[in-house]
Amino acid sequence: MTTLVSLRRLRGAAALSLLALATVLPTAAPATTPEAQKGFDTAARSDRSDRGFADSRVELKMILQNAAGAHSERTLEIRTLEVPDEAVGDKSLIIFDSPRDIDGTALLSHAKILDPDNQWLFLPALKRVKRISSVNKSGPFVGSEFAFEDFTALELMKYEYKYLREEACGDMTCDVVERYPRYEHSGYTRQVSWIDQKDFQIRQVEFYDRRGDLLKTLTLEDYRLYDDKYWRAHAFVMVNHQTGKRTDLIYQAYEFGTGLTDKNFVKSVLKRIK
Amino acid sequence: MIPVQACWIFGTAVAALCFGTAAMAGEIEVSGSLAAEARYFPNDPRFEGQLNHLQPSAIISPEFAYESDDERHQAKVAPFLRLDGRDSERTHGDLREGYWRFTEEEWDVLVGVNTVFWGVAESRHLVNVVNQIDQVEDIDEEDFLGQPMVNLGTQQDWGRLDLFVLPGFRERSFPGRDGRLRGALPVDTDAARYESGAKQAHVDVAMRYTHFIGDFDLGAHYFYGTGREPRLVPNAAGEWLEPHYDLIHQAGLDGQYTMDQWLWKLETIVREGQGEVFAAAVGGLEYTFFQAFESDADLGLLAEYLYDGRDDSAPFTAADNDVFLGTRLALNDVQDTSILAGGIVDADRRSTALLVEAERRIGDRWKLELESRWFLKPDAGDPLSAFQDDDFILLRASYFF
Repeated sequence: MTTLVSLRRLRGAAALSLLALATVLPTAAPATTPEAQKGFDTAARSDRSDRGFADSRVELKMILQNAAGAHSERTLEIRTLEVPDEAVGDKSLIIFDSPRDIDGTALLSHAKILDPDNQWLFLPALKRVKRISSVNKSGPFVGSEFAFEDFTALELMKYEYKYLREEACGDMTCDVVERYPRYEHSGYTRQVSWIDQKDFQIRQVEFYDRRGDLLKTLTLEDYRLYDDKYWRAHAFVMVNHQTGKRTDLIYQAYEFGTGLTDKNFVKSVLKRIK
Repeated sequence: MIPVQACWIFGTAVAALCFGTAAMAGEIEVSGSLAAEARYFPNDPRFEGQLNHLQPSAIISPEFAYESDDERHQAKVAPFLRLDGRDSERTHGDLREGYWRFTEEEWDVLVGVNTVFWGVAESRHLVNVVNQIDQVEDIDEEDFLGQPMVNLGTQQDWGRLDLFVLPGFRERSFPGRDGRLRGALPVDTDAARYESGAKQAHVDVAMRYTHFIGDFDLGAHYFYGTGREPRLVPNAAGEWLEPHYDLIHQAGLDGQYTMDQWLWKLETIVREGQGEVFAAAVGGLEYTFFQAFESDADLGLLAEYLYDGRDDSAPFTAADNDVFLGTRLALNDVQDTSILAGGIVDADRRSTALLVEAERRIGDRWKLELESRWFLKPDAGDPLSAFQDDDFILLRASYFF
């Protein structure tokens, strides 16, 4: 899994190559109509707006709330490495700090665009590293309302797009783009995203389940600009309309360019985190 | 988590070192757990002296971890203490981890006591040769005694290579005369014998290579030294069993192929030094139904075959020609509720052991675990008949800090 924001950017060349391929192989084309092209372009511009960060670290709090209002919290750290090879996704490491019984539990992911990611899980009680199946990305992540694909699926190439309309969102104006997961095992039939026209950041996403019903709404808030280049939201609120549950992710400040390399994202590192 | 300035803890002796370089500054994190446990044996004991019914214990396992600000120096101390109400052999302390590690870009070195886990299988851990098994904890061979070591590792494009120098042999722990889950004769751990003249001081060596290529995770190992598995030999008076530890060479391969919902697993070893050279293997698969029954739960099915070709002059194993079948249910709820149930059947003797393990978090800091094992009545001559009255149910409540 990677951070919502870190993956949400364009692999410029990858996008171009896919578009080039699309002219040769019309069946693979993500953009065959003006609406599809405009949807893709809008998503691509949003994605492009924060690439090139190299690596990042951030600590966050996950607040789970059920329909009755009962709270439960998790704290975790996410380390992300931007991978230069544009045909592959980023590498990430999620390290749990609480609840205390899973302290030191860590998940390493080498993301892929359309295939299942490579994932290894470290279980501190046994000191054991397990390669795990990652084909299912739509189940709840650590009991939250976020599915795994809600974190990773924001890579541009994971969707086909359709531009819907322009409308006001808060005190900004947003482009509304519908996107269709290309991943075979996605839990969603479609998503609708609101991308503002000023900073090109995603402000809201609606998720529709396999039956086509509205399942969840994600709201992204507290955007902060780092190095005059990278926008990152620091509050993610996911509300499940079918269960009444919600999960808030509250991020602390990001650190960029912390010197992480490929060697910090190999499976043996899992045993050496704590 | 209680962050404490490292230098306060280490005291004035190393304060100079702490403040000497900015990179050495850092924090000590204190964590760990306290647990109370009740193990209940519904049947009367089979052998004289064994405890009846209830076996309560308390477990203390704190952890002190230090990391320098540049993350190159790490130190950890993780003692373990079990106080058992009935079996004095089960009351024991151990240093599970107590090491210093230095990490460079391409290599790292660890000096001290550590626990390592190798392998991929669920029903038996054949390739896991470094740490001695803490047998009084459980018979599932998943509790280990801390092993003194110098571990030098390097990460390269072609994989990771670890070299281990292992001074200081750890003897396997065994239940005492009062304990359940033992043979007809208790083991006298004070009477251990060694093939090596250096006895416990023999320095063992091991090598481990791991890599992954696409969907394949691969591992290989070699070990030379005093084998962790003892032969149990009755003493002259026939009152006790004496553990005899042999010098062995062992080489092995392990691997996992991960494909969609499937995990294919295999561990194999060849061992020399205990009877004729023999091979052993455990392999099988795990298939997961994700979001089973239109819920958030994942249901996994496990099947493994166990083979062991050792002869009678090697340490006894029940897993010579066995089949393990199991199922794992993870509810993926806020409390991380999970249940593992399974059974292992000996294909020759038909003896069967069943197990259930379940756990659930309670609130943010407590965890409740249930474990149960059942030994279906084996034939009188079956080696597992020693456990036939030792079915048990265990309940453990742990507090994490």
